[in-house]
Amino acid sequence: MVLSASDKSHVKAVFSKIGGQAEEYGSETLERMFAAYPQTKTYFPHFDLGKGSAHVKAHGKKVAAALVEAANHIDDIAGALSKLSDLHAQKLRVDPVNFKLLGQCFLVVVASHQPALLTPEVHASLDKFLCAVGTVLTAKYR
Amino acid sequence: MVHWSAEEKQLIAGLWAKVNVEECGAEALARLLIVYPWTQRFFSNFGNLSSPTAIVGNPKVRAHGKKVLTSFGEAVKNLDNIKGTYSKLSELHCEKLHVDPENFRLLGDILVIVLASHFGRDFTPACQFAWQKLVGVVAHALARKYH
Repeated sequence: MVLSASDKSHVKAVFSKIGGQAEEYGSETLERMFAAYPQTKTYFPHFDLGKGSAHVKAHGKKVAAALVEAANHIDDIAGALSKLSDLHAQKLRVDPVNFKLLGQCFLVVVASHQPALLTPEVHASLDKFLCAVGTVLTAKYR
Repeated sequence: MVHWSAEEKQLIAGLWAKVNVEECGAEALARLLIVYPWTQRFFSNFGNLSSPTAIVGNPKVRAHGKKVLTSFGEAVKNLDNIKGTYSKLSELHCEKLHVDPENFRLLGDILVIVLASHFGRDFTPACQFAWQKLVGVVAHALARKYH
């Protein structure tokens, strides 16, 4: 699966439109993921996962920052996320299936906040991008 | 049998009452064919699927999308017997249509995104939970009679 030139331009446009709200989108993505897929909470036994949790806000900010970084270096996502990829492989070891769940929730957040932005073409590109990020983060697992 | 809390039932029925089945169905199917182009393999007789614009405007896609989502409505009406509701459809998808059940999961996820885009903030995390659960149960029921 390869990101075409138009995929890249769609993804950059999305993150440009999201702008400074990326952190908020990141937090809401996590909040939705924990609500829709309770099994994902098993990776965060040390977090307070209640509504408005500072842990979730802080972590959402990190997740958003990583997605923004990947979008800003979309020609070399593997390079941009190399350290994060190492972290996930060696320490975090989040089962690969969960990246799809996070991706689904991010799409839901974008859809609910900016429905006009998420045209079918942009939806396709963003979905591919999120898959690519998941692939990079699990690439060194074995 | 799947257990639905009173809250989940309310979140599902409440939202469904506001859904334009024709519009959402058409949109969900079009997005499936656009976002996951390999799903077009089942629709070789639908005519022009050559671009997102063609897909969105394709009358067969619209009609079939409406048909699929109308059928989904049966699940909403029969939450306590989704397995029974889709028994024959499951056999059909296996024996006649030869559809890999993974496609039901893909369409379910797309439907959730379409609902989010239509309902915005009203599509709360709790609402998403209920609907992700529902699309999962429907996908499972449709795959159940496969052999």
